[in-house]
Amino acid sequence: MTHHNSDVIYLDHSATTPLDPRVLAAMLPYFTEDYGNSMALHRLGRSAERAIDTARDSIARELNCEPHNIVFTSGGSESDNLALRGPAQFARTHDRPFTLITSTLEHHAISATARQLGNTLGAALRILSADRYGRVDPDDLRATLHNLPENGIALVTLIHTHNEIGTRNPIADYAAIAHEYGALFHSDTVQSPAYDKLDVQALGVDMLSLSSHKFYGPKGSGALYIADRVPYMSAQTGAKHEDYRRAGTHNTPGIVGTAKALELVAETRSEIGPRLTILREKLVAAVLDRVPDAALTGDPVDRLPGHVSFVFRDVNSSTLLMHLDQHGIAASSGSACKVGNEQPSAILAALGYGPEWTRGGLRLTMGQHTTAAQIDRVIDVLPDAVATVRRLRTLSF
Amino acid sequence: MSQPRVVVAMSGGVDSSVTAALLVQQGYDVIGMMMRLWSENCDTEGGSGGPVTSNRCCTPDQMADARRIADQLGIPFYVIDTQDVFRRTIVQFFTDRYAAGDTPNPCLECNRHIRFEWLLNHALALDANFLATGHYARVQRDPAGDPASPVRLLRGLDPGKDQSYVLSVLTQDKLRHAMFPIGEYEKPRVRELAAEFGLPVASKHDSQDLCFLADGDYRRFLREHIPAAMQPGPILLRDHAQTDGEFIGEFTELGQHTGLPNYTIGQRKGLGLSYHEPLYVLGSDPARNALIVGPREMLGANTLIAERMNWIAGSPPVAEGESLRADVQIRYTAQAAPATVFPLPPDEHGDRMRVVFDEPLRDITPGQGAVVYVDDECLGGGIIARVER
Repeated sequence: MTHHNSDVIYLDHSATTPLDPRVLAAMLPYFTEDYGNSMALHRLGRSAERAIDTARDSIARELNCEPHNIVFTSGGSESDNLALRGPAQFARTHDRPFTLITSTLEHHAISATARQLGNTLGAALRILSADRYGRVDPDDLRATLHNLPENGIALVTLIHTHNEIGTRNPIADYAAIAHEYGALFHSDTVQSPAYDKLDVQALGVDMLSLSSHKFYGPKGSGALYIADRVPYMSAQTGAKHEDYRRAGTHNTPGIVGTAKALELVAETRSEIGPRLTILREKLVAAVLDRVPDAALTGDPVDRLPGHVSFVFRDVNSSTLLMHLDQHGIAASSGSACKVGNEQPSAILAALGYGPEWTRGGLRLTMGQHTTAAQIDRVIDVLPDAVATVRRLRTLSF
Repeated sequence: MSQPRVVVAMSGGVDSSVTAALLVQQGYDVIGMMMRLWSENCDTEGGSGGPVTSNRCCTPDQMADARRIADQLGIPFYVIDTQDVFRRTIVQFFTDRYAAGDTPNPCLECNRHIRFEWLLNHALALDANFLATGHYARVQRDPAGDPASPVRLLRGLDPGKDQSYVLSVLTQDKLRHAMFPIGEYEKPRVRELAAEFGLPVASKHDSQDLCFLADGDYRRFLREHIPAAMQPGPILLRDHAQTDGEFIGEFTELGQHTGLPNYTIGQRKGLGLSYHEPLYVLGSDPARNALIVGPREMLGANTLIAERMNWIAGSPPVAEGESLRADVQIRYTAQAAPATVFPLPPDEHGDRMRVVFDEPLRDITPGQGAVVYVDDECLGGGIIARVER
């Protein structure tokens, strides 16, 4: 049984989403017709600049900020990098101590960058642990913010909706607490825009990272919201693009696509969330009912509507994903590895799961095009697939 | 009706790539699979967890090659994490047997327990009918298609490349699911086929006997992993008058060896002894950690006892007490030698046999396989337990 890509039951929307054809249509002219460099003086340059300005205005309206607070980037990882490196470098050059407060549940784009800033720029790291749903306790955050160095710059970065376990975190509360102690607040909101309106004023955040391909936009494009109050030194130097905050010729099609995609998901948000929540509840209930030694990870209620994450005892995720792939179901896990060198999921370990569980994560993330029939098919296939993978482990040795 | 499904064990090399291409051409529903095996320099458990730099058979390099070939053939490709089970069984077996004084052949055990058990189970669980590998060997099924009739294992058509020796461990329930498509070809023709299929022909990585070693140096590996088995001990000269199978009786200590696994039977050079005639390694006495040497005329034996026998047909070819004229091969690279084979009563490890060669062989080595052939057919094999003189 061979599945063509069009027959695939695609449940990996947290990894990436298909480009909306309307976004593609909006982008296309900027590849071959309006291909000018936005910095150029001539008419093609002006045309590109106009498209970028329009996109910036649109995104600013959606985020409820000024257009100049939007910096276009190559995606979520770059946005996270700039958010951490910009203030860290500013602090360093102004000889002020820099404190970075984060949690054990962050995406690698945050955790690896934080580690490097600790090693290279002397950032003092304070790493919060999370509860079993992957959520940082506001009181823990408060406690961590005591005794910040005099005259320092402190930045709290905590993820909004969690890529691996789906939990939605109260970032407005975190931001308020950070501000009580004079710290800045950044959030990786890469998974959120398809479901949650991100109003930077209402949330009170100082920085926020976006990645277009997570909401039916193009890969290689993203944005960072930076409030005026953020002390920031360019982390990618060159010419004066993005008001000296991020050098590099503008990716005009990507920027246009980002704005268009954000407009489109804003229109469908109120419909898609409730619909996927119903499918999610059905899938979770059926799987927990039919598969022994299984658990839902992350918050069972306050989570991304289309996000289902299980952990199965004594299961190797890659083998399970292989079986699902053969059934035409495209899923993923936090630990699965294409080169067969499966490492335990650091996130599952941080949530307190033991070694018999941490290689057994499964993430099924729905999207705009997911149907009830597809979820029924998963409910049919998944319990047997888990049983098969478990049997294989015990068969030989 | 859908075609039978075949899982192909792919390595990124020419042989398994042509295997996959042939099966795709023949219309099978083909899935490519690769096992990630444990190897020293891929071991992240105790290590830094950092990037590995190995270029050997379990590595992303070869995976990338295999993945590209699978993509070119339009078949799915999956890598199975086999590191843990491989380390616990094959690598452990390797060190255990060396520690016990044997010279083990881990490839035999890998085919027995990993390729045709672990991987075969993964293939069957994906509803595959067959597991195909790039071995040079042939399976012969009953021409009438009678499923009850035994499947036979034959040498590969290319006598220089034949690999049936390492497949002698396969039982009927495994062989029934086995396919070795390139065993029907000679190696030069396989290279031509690769070119015709548009596959990369240059074999950057010929398969290794001991794929888990970082550098091919098994002595270094043993020093690091079983230092207790690499202790120096006495080199004993065997008394000329002794004629029994076991090394007993009077010995003269001539010097010190550097660890038993450093020596192979028949070895003359590198012993560091001065004596009035050339001396050869005859064997070892693990109980005394002694290396036994003797003059040339003491070298060689014509009889071996093999245990853990696998008779491919499922039972011995002749009854106990009877004998069979056959050719018996005592290592992967050796020529099979004419012999008479006597099935012996089984012990707790399974069937056994005694093999009496027509002419003495210099290097019958406990731990290696003794594999029985009649003409081109592999009847089965066992592990050499003892040598008798």
